Parts: sequence; C-alpha cells; structure tokens
Amino acid sequence: MKNSTNVVAEIAKTPLVVALGLIVALLVLGELLSPGFASLSQIMRLLIVASILGVVAAGQNLVILGGREGIDLSVGGVVSLSAVVAGNMMQGSDAGIIPAIIACLATGAFFGLLNGLGVTLLRIPPLIMTLGMLGVLQGLLVVVRNGIPSGLAAPGLAHFVTQPLMFGVPGMIWLWGAIGVLMAAMLKRTLFGYRVYAIGSNENAARMAGVPADLIRVCLFMFSGMFAAVAGFCILGYSGSSFSNVGAQYMLSSIIAVVLGGTSLSGGKGGYTGTMAGATLLVLLQSILTTLNIEEAGRQFAFGATLLVLMLFYGRGKALRG
Amino acid sequence: MTLPMQTSFTQRSIFERFPFIPALGILAVLLILNGLAEPNSLSFRAITGLTKTYLALMFLAVAQSFVVFSSDIDLSVGAILSLVNVSVVVMIDQLGGGPAAVLFACFAGILVGVLCGIFNGIVVVALRLQPIVATFATGILFTGIALWVLPVAGMPVPQSFWRTYGGRILDIPFVFYVVALLGLLIWLAVRTRFIIQLMAVGDNRLAAYQSGLPVTRIRIMAFAICGLFSAVAALCIIGDTASGDPVVGNAMTLYSVAAVVLGGTALSGGSGSMLGSAIGALIIGLINSFVFFVGVSSEWQNFAQGIAVLLALMAGVLVTRRISK
Repeated sequence: MKNSTNVVAEIAKTPLVVALGLIVALLVLGELLSPGFASLSQIMRLLIVASILGVVAAGQNLVILGGREGIDLSVGGVVSLSAVVAGNMMQGSDAGIIPAIIACLATGAFFGLLNGLGVTLLRIPPLIMTLGMLGVLQGLLVVVRNGIPSGLAAPGLAHFVTQPLMFGVPGMIWLWGAIGVLMAAMLKRTLFGYRVYAIGSNENAARMAGVPADLIRVCLFMFSGMFAAVAGFCILGYSGSSFSNVGAQYMLSSIIAVVLGGTSLSGGKGGYTGTMAGATLLVLLQSILTTLNIEEAGRQFAFGATLLVLMLFYGRGKALRG
Repeated sequence: MTLPMQTSFTQRSIFERFPFIPALGILAVLLILNGLAEPNSLSFRAITGLTKTYLALMFLAVAQSFVVFSSDIDLSVGAILSLVNVSVVVMIDQLGGGPAAVLFACFAGILVGVLCGIFNGIVVVALRLQPIVATFATGILFTGIALWVLPVAGMPVPQSFWRTYGGRILDIPFVFYVVALLGLLIWLAVRTRFIIQLMAVGDNRLAAYQSGLPVTRIRIMAFAICGLFSAVAALCIIGDTASGDPVVGNAMTLYSVAAVVLGGTALSGGSGSMLGSAIGALIIGLINSFVFFVGVSSEWQNFAQGIAVLLALMAGVLVTRRISK
C-alpha cells in the first residue's frame, strides 16, 4: 500500500506530468476568464504556434542532452534566415516549395556544422561559439533581405501550416507529432540515441567505451540547425510573408521549453516528450496573458514571474550541504 | 643561471596575473588597423567619441564579470540597465529637473540596480535555479517593470545631464574621468579579500563551501555588484542618448557576455580579469568602427562585424587556453 502511494507520488512529480497538469489547469483558467478559450479551434491555433516553438526546441533539446554545457544560442538566427530564404525562393508559388525546403535544410545544416566543428575541433564552449554565430547570422540576414525586400509564402505551404489536413488537424501539428515520435524513437531505440545520453552524462567514460563523441556532437548541432530551419520555413507559412528577425524570440524560449520539459541543462537527462509539453505550456501561458487584456508591462511582468514559479517545480540544483 | 623551467614558470605567472594581456594585444592590432584605414579615427576627438559610445558597454561587461567569476551568468543585465534608465529619467522629471533632482535620481537609480541584482542573487542562489534560464525570466520581469515606469521611449533629460557627460572638465573630456574612475574601482576591487573568495567559489564551489566560505552570501554579493555596475552603465546610456527607453539595454546583454570572453575570462569561472572585460567592450567598439572605416558597403557591415567578433571570440578562447596550459 505504502509502495503504491510512493509510486503515485513519484509519477506526480515527473516534469511531464507536472507540465500536462498545468496545461489542463491553464486551459480551464482560460475558459473561465474568457469563454471560448478552450474551444477546439482555439486549441488548434495554440498548437500551431506551440509546434513551431516545439520544432526549434527539438534541436535545442538534442544539443543540451549531449552535455558539456551544450546550448545553441544561434537557433533564432537560423529561424529568421530560413524564413527569409524560403520566402525569397518561393515568391508565392507552389513550384518553389521543394527547392526552398532543400535550401533551408542546407542552410541550417551548414551553420550547425560550423557550430559543431568549433565546439569539437577547437573546443570553443558552445555558449560562446553559438553566440558568435548568432551575430554572423544576423549580419547575413541584413545582406539577404537587402537583395530582395520580402518574399511570399506559397499557398500550399500556408495551407499546410494553418488549414486542416486530416481529421480536422492542420498539417503542421501532424508534422510536430511525427517529429515527436521520431525523436522519441531515435533517443530511446537507436544506437545514436544511447550514445547521445552516454556522452551527455559522462563523456570520458563514453569515449573510453569507444563512442565517437565529437562526431555525435557535430551531428547534434547539425540537427539543431536543421530543426530551426524547418521552424523558420513553417513560420513563413504561418505569417504569409517573411519579415525581419522573426526568429529572435525563439533563442531563449526554446531553452525555457526544454527546461520546463524536465531536461537538465547539464546534459544526459531528459527527453523530447517533456519538451513538447513545455513548449505547449509556454505558448498557452503567453496566450492567457494576451487574453487577460492587460497592458504590455503587466503581461511581461506576469510572464517573468510565472516562469520563475514554474522553474521552482523542477530543475532546482542540489544544496551544497547535501 | 636561469633554468628553462623557471622562465616558462615566470611567463606563465605573468599571464596568470594579467589575463587581459591577449585582449590588450587584440586592442593594439585593432587600433593600428583603424589607424591604417582612416588616420582620423585615432584622433583625440574620435577616441573620445568611441569612449562616449562604448562606456556603457564597458561598465556592463565589468558587471557581467563579477557573476562569471563565481561561475554564474546574468542574462538580465540589459533589462536592469533599461529599468534603471527609465527610472532615473522619470524620477528627474517628477522631481522638477534641478541639479539636486538629477543627483538624487542617479543615486536612487543605482539603488534600483543593486536591488535587481540582489533579487537575481536570491532567485539563482537561494532558490537554486539555473542562472541562464532564471536570469532570463527575471529579465522579462524587469522589462515589465520598465515598461510600466515608461511605456514608450522618450522623455528628455535636462541639458545639465548630457552636457556634463559630453562635456569637458579642465579641458579633459568628462568620459575620461569616468574611465579613470572605473580603472580605480577595478584596481581597488582586485585587492579585496572578497574577489579572492569569489574566485575560490567560482573555481570549486564545493571546496569553497567545505573550507568554510559563506558561498551563498558571496554569490548573492556578486549578483548585487553586477546590478550596481549595470546601473552605472544605465547612467552612461542616459548621458549618451539624453532620454529614456524601456528596452534600450536588452540588446546589450549578449555583447556584455562577449566582452567578458574577449577579455580573457573563462565562462567556467574561477579566474579572469575585470580590466580585460572593459578592454573587451572596446574591442567590440573598435571592430565596429574598423568595419565602417574600411569601407564595407552598408548591407555587408553587420555580417563583417559578426564574422570579426566570432573570430575574435574564438581567438580569445584559444589563446587564453594555450597560456593557461
């Protein structure tokens, strides 16, 4: 009897359960504050916004899981650049979708590769390497935008992101679901996934066991760049046309989504399912604060304060006198 | 009879005592490059202008150093700067704009900065949250307060304020006195017992705790001092822009981290130099002015700056590591 209550208590404390509980609570709160908040169409819209953040957070999650202070501050730059590149290549025509996807993925992979090489070959701390890369990407954004002022999303892409595809659910959400399944399968069922956790929790031990840690870390940064590129591509579909620095907000919110999902910033512990809940929670919170119809000042204050309270639920460090 | 081992030991201890030497080298190279690209860029006038623009970043970088020394990081320094900026501007306006009002508002602004720092310290250290995400959240909170104090940019400060900041005393520009004051503060700070304790905490937190250091108090102190210097940076920004802006500092946060790294301080904590961080801020300024003077076309300027800062960061990390080996 005592054992089973312990098990229940343990489950109730896992970040995923906490996040899911909070999501339900926030939906109920939103519905009470403004009837219609938790309607199906509203939830779909929320999930579209959450899915874009969630895709960025997938890459961020991988880099963080790989440990050695892994973090990718350049994701925001890749998101912006990818949105502009995609818009410029499509110019509102469906024929441009495939080349645009290829160009975006190649861009993301390229900058991810540079980050990964800097972190592994030159052993630059990830925070510094990706911070510097963010500056380069923002500069490149100015160059690309000056060439062609603004691009347009292809109708097919806009439809995929915002309109129902199957069973009334937009394609974007299906895509996110598929990424969720693939991420879980990759992390929990493949050799690559095992190795990610191995280098994240104890890199030296993993190296001695023959794990090619550097190669894996480069792959993680490339994944991060490509996920950010996919997100930028989808943002273009969501907003219709590319505008300046749309990705900036994703830099730190992707990290917050990962942390709220229960992945430790020190690496080697966590997974993507929690991060998906974390991203949804974050978007839901912002949406409720918008619904409350208070001024920008109060909204920011409440958002910051709520984040701090949420972090108290999990991710607290150990006391020194342990 | 000097043994080779001794020589290398002496060399090492010089770099250990003065970790900002590589940064000084980069600074010298950039000064020469600037001079070659545009001789006028080394004129007294131009250097004064550069100092005037980058003084705030110098203070912000020094602010960031304190928390980095104890192996923390503060991503809210820009938001603190913004909050202090609007608080001071609004207070001066409310108090009538006289000299007494200006002085009072400056001191009150510094107090606001310190309080923000203490709040950060409590959140990160006492509540044991991870500094990167926790200070990002407190930064959002501070931005909220700043927007409440002054919702949109504007509200000019009295002439006396920016005239003093941009003016001269005894034929020497005011900003150079401030730089001298910053130098003096750094000179004094590195001679305190606190800084040694701070480095010990950053080097090995557990060992510092086990040897009886009040680790919690020291780390909170570092955040408080960080808030204090961020507030001074805010005063410099007001002197430069002569008005209030609730988001003026937010873009400066990451530059403060970059400046700390350029100055030869490792983000892992436990060692480094405040002087280096101040030099790091000037390096960023000189890179920007070099890219401008060398005639890079306007749309490529940000890109060239980004590449140059990235390369300088990488070089800084590699050189610092080679020396400390």
